[in-house]
Amino acid sequence: MYEKSFPFVHLQDNPCLGGRVNLVSVNPTSYERYYMSRLIKLAAIAGASALVLSGCAGAANEETATESTLSGTISGSGASSMGSGQEAWIAEFQIANPNVTINYDPSGSGAGREAFTAGGVVFAGTDSYWKDEELALEFAACAPGTKPWEFPVWISPIAVIFNLEGVDSLNLDAATVAGIFAGEITMWNDDAITSQNPDLDLPELSITAVHRSDDSGTTKNFTNYLEKTAEAIWTAGTIETWPTEYGGEGAKGTSGVVDAVTAGNGTIGYADASKAGDLGTVAIKVGDGYVSFSAEAASKVIEASSLVEGRESYDLAYKIARDTTESGVYPIVLVSYLTGCNEYLDAEVATLVKAYASYIISEQGQATAASAGGTAPISASLREKAQAIIDAIK
Amino acid sequence: MSSQAPVVKRRIGDLVFSNLAIGSGVAILVILAAVAIFLFAESVPAFLSEQDAAPDGFFAYVAPFLFGTVLASIIALLIATPLAIGIALYISHFAPRRLSQALGYSIDLLAAIPSVVYGLWGMLVLAPFLNPSYLWLNENFGWIPFFEGPVSATGRTMMTVGIVLAIMILPIMAALIREIFLQTPRLHEEAALALGATRWEVIKMAVLPFGKAGIISSAMLGLGRALGETMAVALVLSGSGVITFALLTSTNPNTIAANIALQFPESSGTYTSLLIATGLVLFAITMAINMLARWVISRRSEFSGAN
Repeated sequence: MYEKSFPFVHLQDNPCLGGRVNLVSVNPTSYERYYMSRLIKLAAIAGASALVLSGCAGAANEETATESTLSGTISGSGASSMGSGQEAWIAEFQIANPNVTINYDPSGSGAGREAFTAGGVVFAGTDSYWKDEELALEFAACAPGTKPWEFPVWISPIAVIFNLEGVDSLNLDAATVAGIFAGEITMWNDDAITSQNPDLDLPELSITAVHRSDDSGTTKNFTNYLEKTAEAIWTAGTIETWPTEYGGEGAKGTSGVVDAVTAGNGTIGYADASKAGDLGTVAIKVGDGYVSFSAEAASKVIEASSLVEGRESYDLAYKIARDTTESGVYPIVLVSYLTGCNEYLDAEVATLVKAYASYIISEQGQATAASAGGTAPISASLREKAQAIIDAIK
Repeated sequence: MSSQAPVVKRRIGDLVFSNLAIGSGVAILVILAAVAIFLFAESVPAFLSEQDAAPDGFFAYVAPFLFGTVLASIIALLIATPLAIGIALYISHFAPRRLSQALGYSIDLLAAIPSVVYGLWGMLVLAPFLNPSYLWLNENFGWIPFFEGPVSATGRTMMTVGIVLAIMILPIMAALIREIFLQTPRLHEEAALALGATRWEVIKMAVLPFGKAGIISSAMLGLGRALGETMAVALVLSGSGVITFALLTSTNPNTIAANIALQFPESSGTYTSLLIATGLVLFAITMAINMLARWVISRRSEFSGAN
């Protein structure tokens, strides 16, 4: 009864293989058929179709292969915040350069920097720039005595989101945001809030401030903003773990915070701007005006910030100007850096890192990141500086 | 019949089987020892290092999480035990045969749902659904410390966690208790009926006393699962490091397992060791509870009527 249906794979005029292909030309005897269980047949068919698919992908790759002469494998690790960006970058870069394999392990910023120092990976992503004591170490992947470069490649705005019936946008200054998250401002009709939003009719409703219950770079950057702009109210400093005495509600991960804010009434939280969805967002007071988050406003913060003093010219570590008063700048951002060696032990690795890093900071690479993670693209002047660093890699 | 002793023939099958059985028995001990050694070895740096991961000392760090773990499990057990007994009794003694089979299957199905699904369901569906009743409880019974305000705006509270955990341990408890009730000696039940007992009296006099040890051991199994449950708690609970009996607020003590799951990915150095040390505490507590259960069962078995 299976004679006609087995083998299933008759590929005729297959478009990607360009002709008639008989992959499976098995003609089983009745004895073999008897012993061939359904399962084995299924497996055989699955295997055959996998062959067909991979054959097709291989053929597609070969067409573009003419342009690229790069080949080899490089591995990086580090910040999970840019994990989605790295995935997208790697996918696009490998399509353009089919003989190159790039791996990125989103194991966390600290783990990534450690792995890079030890020579386990040849580039790393990190949410915080190299510390001075880390730079004093020897870097196993780099030529003896040389230090790594770094520059920002991932600028992700953090939105302050809230759920309050009938309210879409709210104006708040840093002190009020700090007061809310520190548990000092507990009602929506508190004077501190109403005085900044005279047009809104705010209800007498208690505020539920939602924070991340897992350690995260988002919390770190958000609390860094509060520390720098409202030190008198936010006394906990820059932290990853939420202090118990500030109360509020904890939720797991970005999606957990967004869900908790969405589920409650009178809730407020902070999350990657790309995940804010339909929730109301807070316009932050900067200088004399209020700024809502946007890609442009977030990338401007790098322009407004100054470089960390005492670093080499290839070390673009920024001291983010959280307390900037320049108009139109959104200061609550997470900035992730890419870092690698100025001089690699292996020239082939250097070539690959140069190509990949150039692609990441290119307009196309930054646009890819924007669609993958809702980030703000780096500015043209930063791109110029970063490209000069990349060109000097040996 | 020959008077000679039978010649013992060691067949290959016997040999293989006995070695396999011994090997399996030893494997349990080896695995347990391996886990215990891992926990001990990895948690040592938390106590020896000069760089202190827990500024107020290890026990101040772990106490709220231990409290949260036990509190959540007790709530779960308080809800699940009577329900499980009721379900088991209905299936074993009240339901028509066909219905009881269908019910048995659906209970097994509940046990097959992964805990992360329970967590998502608890967070997205159950918590908002229960929140109005929490407000009502707080308004009317707010003077009881358990129902103190301010009530959470999202329902992601200790109470919700207790209910989710209760649902998660219900299947295994109900299935076990049902098996035990089905083993009640027919003669005991018929004797009770012959004495003129009603169905309730039969259950009270014959079924429940016979099943008592089984109920306790199934409760302990459920407790074991509730103590170690990680994903569901991490998703549902708004937890931090506090000790409070209030079940309806946003500020709840986290559980040990959930705290490890939340903090481990970004931890490093002595903080990692500290988290593993809290895992060691959970390991010890779970073992103590299991031993207690064994002891209770062994003490009860002589009165259970099973002999």
